[in-house]
Amino acid sequence: MREVEYNDIVEAVKNMIMTTATNLPEDTLEYLETAYKEEKSEVSKKVIAQLLENAKIARDEKRPLCQDTGLAVFFVRVGADVRVVGGLLKDAINEGTEKGYTDAYLRASTCEPFSRANLKDTVGYNLPAIIHFDIVEGDKIEIEYAAKGGGSENVSRARVFPPAAGKEGIINYVKEVISDAGGNPCPPITVGVGIGGTFEKACISSKHALFRDLGTKNPDPEMAELEEIILEEINKLGIGAMGMGGTKTALGVHIEANPCHIASLPVSVNVQCHSSRHTHITI
Amino acid sequence: MAEYHLNTPLNEEDTRKLKAGDVVYLNGTIYTARDAAHARLVKLLENGEEFPFPIKGSVIYFVGPTPPKPGDPIGSAGPTTSYRMDSYSPTMLKHGSRGMIGKGGRSQEVKDACKEYGGIYFGATGGAGALLGKQIKSAKVIAYPELGPEAVRELTVEEFPVVVVNDTYGNDLYQLGREQFEVKD
Ligand code: SF4
Repeated sequence: MREVEYNDIVEAVKNMIMTTATNLPEDTLEYLETAYKEEKSEVSKKVIAQLLENAKIARDEKRPLCQDTGLAVFFVRVGADVRVVGGLLKDAINEGTEKGYTDAYLRASTCEPFSRANLKDTVGYNLPAIIHFDIVEGDKIEIEYAAKGGGSENVSRARVFPPAAGKEGIINYVKEVISDAGGNPCPPITVGVGIGGTFEKACISSKHALFRDLGTKNPDPEMAELEEIILEEINKLGIGAMGMGGTKTALGVHIEANPCHIASLPVSVNVQCHSSRHTHITI
Repeated sequence: MAEYHLNTPLNEEDTRKLKAGDVVYLNGTIYTARDAAHARLVKLLENGEEFPFPIKGSVIYFVGPTPPKPGDPIGSAGPTTSYRMDSYSPTMLKHGSRGMIGKGGRSQEVKDACKEYGGIYFGATGGAGALLGKQIKSAKVIAYPELGPEAVRELTVEEFPVVVVNDTYGNDLYQLGREQFEVKD
C-alpha cells in the first residue's frame, strides 16, 4: 500500500488554487482567442478583447482574474492501493483550500444560507470546499479542481423529464435555460449537461462536465453529435459576450450521460462563465 | 457605436448624448455601493439627512472587491449583478446621481428613471476584475466601514472602460444586441 503525506496534499491543493486564480487555463484562452476572431458584433469583440487583456494582467501581476473567486469544487479519485498518513484526505483538501484562498488574497465567499453570515471566522476562510470522492484502481490520487462563481451557478437548473421528451426535449430545455440566463452568467460560457442517472447524479455529472477541457468530445459519437447541435442552437440565441449581443454565447457544450430508470429522463444544466478556472493534478 | 472619454461628476449634457452600445472611458471619482449600502443611502435621502458624498452627477459602482495585496489600493474589482439594486436606483437618480456601473439587466422602473432624470446604466465586463482593478488608482472607505467589502468607497479611476446599456432614450443594449444577432429558424 502506497502512503502519501497529509501535508503534501495540503501543499498541492494550495498551489493549485493559487495558480488557478490568476492563470486562465490554456484551453479557455485558446477558445477565447478564436471567439475574438470570429465574433461578428463589434461590442462583443471589444468585451472579449478585454477578457484576453484581463487574463494577461492577472497572469503577469498575479491578480485574481475575477473578484468572485468562487466556491472551491473538487472531484477526487482515490486509488484503492494508496492511503493518506497524518490525517484525513478530506481535511487536507479543506486545509489546502483555506491556505490557498488566504495566501493569494482571494475572496472568502461561503456564508450561512439565511443569516448570510460569512463563515471565514467560524468554519474557515472560504470553507467548506465542495468535494466529490470516487474510489478507483491503482495507487494514485487524482484531484480535479474548479473555482465556481455565483453568477453562473445562479442560472443553472435541473429537471426530470418523462422518457418521451427525448433528444428534442433536452435540446429545447438547455436552450431555454441559457436564453433565460442572458448576460448574467458572464458569457461566453461553457455549458455542462448531465443526462440520465437519478436526479442528483445528473446534477453532479453536469458539474463534472465543466471540468473537461474545451475541445474534448464525449467519447460516445451520439452524445458528441448532440454536444455540437446544442452548441449551435445556443449560439443562435444572439446573447453574445456579457449579453451585449453577438454570435459567441457559448464556447463549448459538454455532456456526461448515465444509464437511467425506465420511467425517467433526468437532465441538469450547469453553467460555467468565461472565467473557467479549472485544473487537475495526480499525486 | 461611438467612443467617449468622460470626467465625473457627469452632467446632463454628457449623459443625454450617449446611446446604448457606446463605449465610454470614465475618469475621476466614482463611489462603490452594493445592496446593504444602498438600503442605508436611500434612507438618508428619504429622510433628508446628510449624505456621505456629493450625489449630484455621481457615478455608483456595484462592486465587492477582493482584498488588496499589500501596497495596492484595491484587489480585483469587477461588477456584481445589478438587479439587486433595482429597488433603490430610481431614488438615487431622482436625487441627482447620474450613472450606475454593474452587469446584467435592469427593471423597467430603473430604465424609466434613466429617461426621466438623465441617468445612464453602464455595463462593465463581468469577470475582468484584474483589468478593472488596475484602472482604480486609489480607494478610500468613506461610509459604513462595518459593512466590510460592502462599505461605501470613494475610488479614483482612470480610463475605466464601460459600455452604455440603458441610455436616456429608453434603449436597452441587452435587448437590441440580442435582436440583432438572434438567428430564427
Ligand atoms: S460569473 Fe464568473 S466571471 Fe462573472 S462575476 Fe461570477 S465568477 Fe466572475
